[in-house]
Amino acid sequence: MNRLWLALLFLLWQASAALAAAPPPANSTTSVRIGYIDLRNDPRYRTDNSYTGIVFHTLGRPYPGAELGVQDAKLIGRVIGRTFVLERKSAATAADLPALAKELAAEGDHFIIADLTAPDLLKLADSLRGQPALVMNVSAREDSLRGADCRQNVVHLIPSESMLTDALVQYLVVKNWKDILALQGPAKEDAGEIVALQHSARKFGATVDAVRPFVLGTDPRHRDENNVALMTANSDADVIFVADSGGEFARYVPFETHSPRPVVGDAGLMPVAWHWTWYGNGAPQLQHRFEKLASPRRMNQGAWAAWAAVKAITQSVMRVRSGDFSKVEQFMLGSKINIDGAKGKPMSFRPWDHQLRQPILLVTADAVIARAPLPQYLHQTNDLDTLGYDAPESACHF
Amino acid sequence: MFAGARKSSSGGPSGLAHFLAAVLFASFISFPAMATGTGYVFVSNERSNRVTVLDPARDHAIVKQIQTDARPRDMHFDKAHKLLYVACGDDNDIDIIDVAKLKVIGRIPTGPSPEMFAIAPNGKSLYVSEEDSAIVRQIDIATDKTLNQITTGPEPEGVLVTPDDSRIYITSEVADMVHVYDTRKKKLIDNIMVDTRPRRFAMTADRKELWVSDELAGDVTVIDTATDQVKTTIQFLPPGFRPVDVTPVGLALSHDGKTMYVTLGRANHVAFVDPATNKIRAYILVGSRAWGVVENKKGTLLYVANGLSDDVSVIDIHAQKTIRSIATGRVPHTVVIDE
Repeated sequence: MNRLWLALLFLLWQASAALAAAPPPANSTTSVRIGYIDLRNDPRYRTDNSYTGIVFHTLGRPYPGAELGVQDAKLIGRVIGRTFVLERKSAATAADLPALAKELAAEGDHFIIADLTAPDLLKLADSLRGQPALVMNVSAREDSLRGADCRQNVVHLIPSESMLTDALVQYLVVKNWKDILALQGPAKEDAGEIVALQHSARKFGATVDAVRPFVLGTDPRHRDENNVALMTANSDADVIFVADSGGEFARYVPFETHSPRPVVGDAGLMPVAWHWTWYGNGAPQLQHRFEKLASPRRMNQGAWAAWAAVKAITQSVMRVRSGDFSKVEQFMLGSKINIDGAKGKPMSFRPWDHQLRQPILLVTADAVIARAPLPQYLHQTNDLDTLGYDAPESACHF
Repeated sequence: MFAGARKSSSGGPSGLAHFLAAVLFASFISFPAMATGTGYVFVSNERSNRVTVLDPARDHAIVKQIQTDARPRDMHFDKAHKLLYVACGDDNDIDIIDVAKLKVIGRIPTGPSPEMFAIAPNGKSLYVSEEDSAIVRQIDIATDKTLNQITTGPEPEGVLVTPDDSRIYITSEVADMVHVYDTRKKKLIDNIMVDTRPRRFAMTADRKELWVSDELAGDVTVIDTATDQVKTTIQFLPPGFRPVDVTPVGLALSHDGKTMYVTLGRANHVAFVDPATNKIRAYILVGSRAWGVVENKKGTLLYVANGLSDDVSVIDIHAQKTIRSIATGRVPHTVVIDE
């Protein structure tokens, strides 16, 4: 087996040399530069958060997804006579972001993938206002970024909170598990998830019976807030939704509940943009390419979003056959784009809030249970728009 | 054919079977050229690792479920129809089925994850797309040796060798391109940009057009083979469907060259297209996620593999209607007929 692999690698190497000898493209090669900004010490990726000391590879940063996107586009670049160049800048503190962004823009990076929290993302976007630059959000899920706080120069590859809760609640309603007990963590993001859940419940006809706060700890004086069995007692709910963006509390909720109830949200059945167990629509090949590049990691949501960001850029450059920023941006945000995200339905950006419309996977730790939108939910123009805020209800005004 | 006939006569007092056997036997006598075929329909089932053998002469009864290696997908006969080659994606090989014995008698090792392949016109080698390593490998059938490797864009799928063996067309699903490989110069001579997620090929009867199914664009790109330029695209939209739900994959030209059959995947229909005018003549309802498609030689029946309803639809081509659906196994992929 080993020998076969070696032989394969050798042949591959030979073959790639042969491909390089293919005729040169008509245009001379010019580069399309893609910037990538993140924070060196982003607390969201700290692996020592966990008090059990278990390191989760699922926490990995999105960056390798962007690298894979560039790798996938190599051939496209050669055919259209352009090279796609990815340039990463990691800021030491959030205060350095505007300066870094200006540096990237000055170097000709019109597309800037941003792995930042919502406040930092806004800072970055505002510092680039009026410049030929598009910020591509791959990790901040806040609905406010697609609503009142939306920005003309930002697009969102990662799904919004309400897209995720809409996907989940569609499933719960189809199952007729409509009564939900919600557990809410102390983080601001947790509160956002609860607001999104309540919106989804109203939209699809489920009920959030109660929202109970939790804290992480073992203090017996606060057991009504740290003991899952106590917190979930006195409830007739069908399912327990846990809003815990950190995930450290959520992990211990399934099987700790007072009554035997399924757990959904940040544990149990989780709505996500991507999961390593997704097997349809060419996903296995994408997973394999990612795993080859980023071993021992598997592709997570952020990495998928970063890959999709690069795909949106490379597809647009290829289709307009131009590196001109305004032409490429116009195509990307227009109705003709057709991004293959390995999730089935072709994806495009919603003109009203620049959110990428996309299917959402409902997953457990090791399986995809369903893909939303569920077939029971239809929309007058695009079924993907049953997930998240639709045009008439959007608070975004560019 | 003899095996089938014998089986049906020993199977019970079925007058019809006897009659059909007699008819088949008669055709064997009068048309020796046709007689090499058993008439059997072969269906690969990706997830049950079986090739199902159906006998159209016996109301499509299942003759046998041939056990194969893991994930059987694309299938092609050798020229004499003595052997059937089956790409087995999860065991990294191509199984060789003896058509007379209906069992696997050998294997050709490939690289990881073979899906679609094509046999060279001289029958001596085959070209297989290996989606994980982004190559098309040419393998010598007699010796299993790799003769050549063509590096492609990510996720190569459809492979078509021109009948004169001068060119190989390959789709890259991720790069949205069709590669054109010159077998004499031994290099890629062109890359044709098509629509989103190109999957498979078919050529028109005059060989002047190459049709490519674009799964995520809901259309077929028509390429002029003389210039390698895109001539036109044909958009599909069966009544009641949204454009995003139309995912064309399978393509097959009718034996008379007058109809191109296009399976529409998630839209659960097959389109009948007139290649002379590019007009869509009909949409026929089939099972769920229609991919593989093949017409019988008489041009009366069309078989369609439905990956997500685990069955094969049989269409009466004249009546433009599905007349049967036959459960074959989990995730049917490709259908071929030995005739």
